[in-house]
Amino acid sequence: MTGLSTWDQFWYYFAHNGFFVLQQFTRHFLISVYGVLFAAIVGIPLGILIARRKKLSDTVIGIANVIQTIPSLAMLSIIMLGLGLGVNTVIATVFLYSLLPIIKNTYAGMQGVDANVLDSGRGMGMTKFQILYLIELPLSFSVIMGGIRNALVIAIGITAIGAFVGAGGLGDIIIRGTNATNGGAIILAGALPTALMTIISDLLLGFIQRKLSPQTSD
Amino acid sequence: MAKEEPLLILKDVSKIYKGGNAAISNINLTINKGDFICLIGTSGSGKTTTMRTLNRMIEPTSGEIIYKGQNIHKIDPVKLRKKIGYVIQNIGLIPHMNIYENVTIVPKLLKWPENKKQAKARELIKLVELPENFLERYPAELSGGQQQRIGVIRALAADQDLILMDEPFGALDPITREGLQELVKSLQEDLKKTIVFVTHDMDEALKLATNIVVMDEGKIVQAASPQELLRHPANEFVRKLIGEERMLQARADVTTAAQIMLKDPVSITLGRSLRSAIQLMRERRVDTLLVTDDEDHLKGYIDLESLALDSSNRRATSVSDILNTKIFRITTTTLIRNSADRILKQGLKYVPVVDQNNKLCGIVTRSALVDMVYDIIWGEKNDTAAPTSPALKQGGAQDA
Repeated sequence: MTGLSTWDQFWYYFAHNGFFVLQQFTRHFLISVYGVLFAAIVGIPLGILIARRKKLSDTVIGIANVIQTIPSLAMLSIIMLGLGLGVNTVIATVFLYSLLPIIKNTYAGMQGVDANVLDSGRGMGMTKFQILYLIELPLSFSVIMGGIRNALVIAIGITAIGAFVGAGGLGDIIIRGTNATNGGAIILAGALPTALMTIISDLLLGFIQRKLSPQTSD
Repeated sequence: MAKEEPLLILKDVSKIYKGGNAAISNINLTINKGDFICLIGTSGSGKTTTMRTLNRMIEPTSGEIIYKGQNIHKIDPVKLRKKIGYVIQNIGLIPHMNIYENVTIVPKLLKWPENKKQAKARELIKLVELPENFLERYPAELSGGQQQRIGVIRALAADQDLILMDEPFGALDPITREGLQELVKSLQEDLKKTIVFVTHDMDEALKLATNIVVMDEGKIVQAASPQELLRHPANEFVRKLIGEERMLQARADVTTAAQIMLKDPVSITLGRSLRSAIQLMRERRVDTLLVTDDEDHLKGYIDLESLALDSSNRRATSVSDILNTKIFRITTTTLIRNSADRILKQGLKYVPVVDQNNKLCGIVTRSALVDMVYDIIWGEKNDTAAPTSPALKQGGAQDA
């Protein structure tokens, strides 16, 4: 093995452990997606709520900001105290980190809806719920999606660290690499797919965002 | 059926914000079906607040609003608003819906069947003279004027009979605005809609309104028809809002015959002899005499020419024998605007003015008209001068 360059070693690792890498890739992806999904389920309604009640917005965004400042490794350790080792701890951490971009963007998106459109909607006799799903959500959709994209990118990074608490994922391969002597190739085998996942998922979400954004012209 | 009840009655409506700031106080207003009400005033006068209480966009602090005999406080606001059209200055079309969807929002909320919505949208787009394929376009693809046309028909889509408009044409250029004003006026007249229209543009109010409500500091200063407002502004504020220039220009529009007529016409009764008629003419130095019966009812006139014709055969003995009954007369309430043209073009020296019972009240002379035209063209600072000046020329036009 010592005769091979790092690059050759990398391909060698892939050739022999391709299935393992793919398995970890899927696991990594799902952990991130679950975290972001839960954050969206909580964060979007919360963003809508604070857009309605301006007094709450400072508090809620403040709390989300504080969460964001805690280093991810520290956060994992703290949550581990409650949830123990394993996948759940990582999903919870991803959830917490994803809240800020999702809440903030939902809030910004709702704020960005033209007040005149809302006024005329209300004046025409729409209920609050009709205003929300006929006007506010379609018009703030792309901003909210921006928040979700942002959250997913962060989430993939955090999941990589999650391997420390035994959740598996591509981080697991990276840790193997750091523990092995001359493990550069193994580190790459974990790191490159992580980077690739980030780029691909961002592009994919961007595509979905454009496809689903309501038309405003032909 | 008894006399139709008013569409809307506002009773002592006030809106007081926290801290005792009164946006409007004690507004009393009655709006009848088919009225075109313009609420006018400076910024912060409460005109928009007043309008927005009508569809419960703003809840008044006290007072009540009766819509078709029902207190609107007891109507679900969502249901109420679907019955009342709403047009705002910044149009507020929904950008991600095409024109068809925008126009049919209220019908959609009311769950109309698709074919009924289609038919309505087509009918409405024709009403504002836009091509039917505009229905598939998006708001961003239309000009400002076109967008506001859509804004207007959107307020008509569910056959609302009351329409609220908040400075709808404020952001448009003068030419587009004029076109839309005419459109709204004809919609109101043809479709018998009742419109409550907020504006700060007096020209717009004078042009459109059947009733103008002038507001200042949350109170109604004056509520009157445009003519009444121009003729009798309630105070200095209204006068300023209208503007001196407009009042002068408008004078011809609102001046009635009674205001500029001479009250002492030279007249003679039917039964008098020709001799006394000639004597009267000589005394007053006039060439025609208005003839009345004993109760002052105008019967016609005699002039020097017919007298002279008769002098050769001397058959006539009394005024009634040479009476000329073909006479153009106007009533005291006739607007000078409507008769000035005729007087000037036909070269009449004067026209007799009668009241409703055909009783002679006075005459309007050519010189009085000319004075008024001068005032309009060159203006004059002293408002009271115009009505009195014709009096100085009393008899002038009746002179031979």
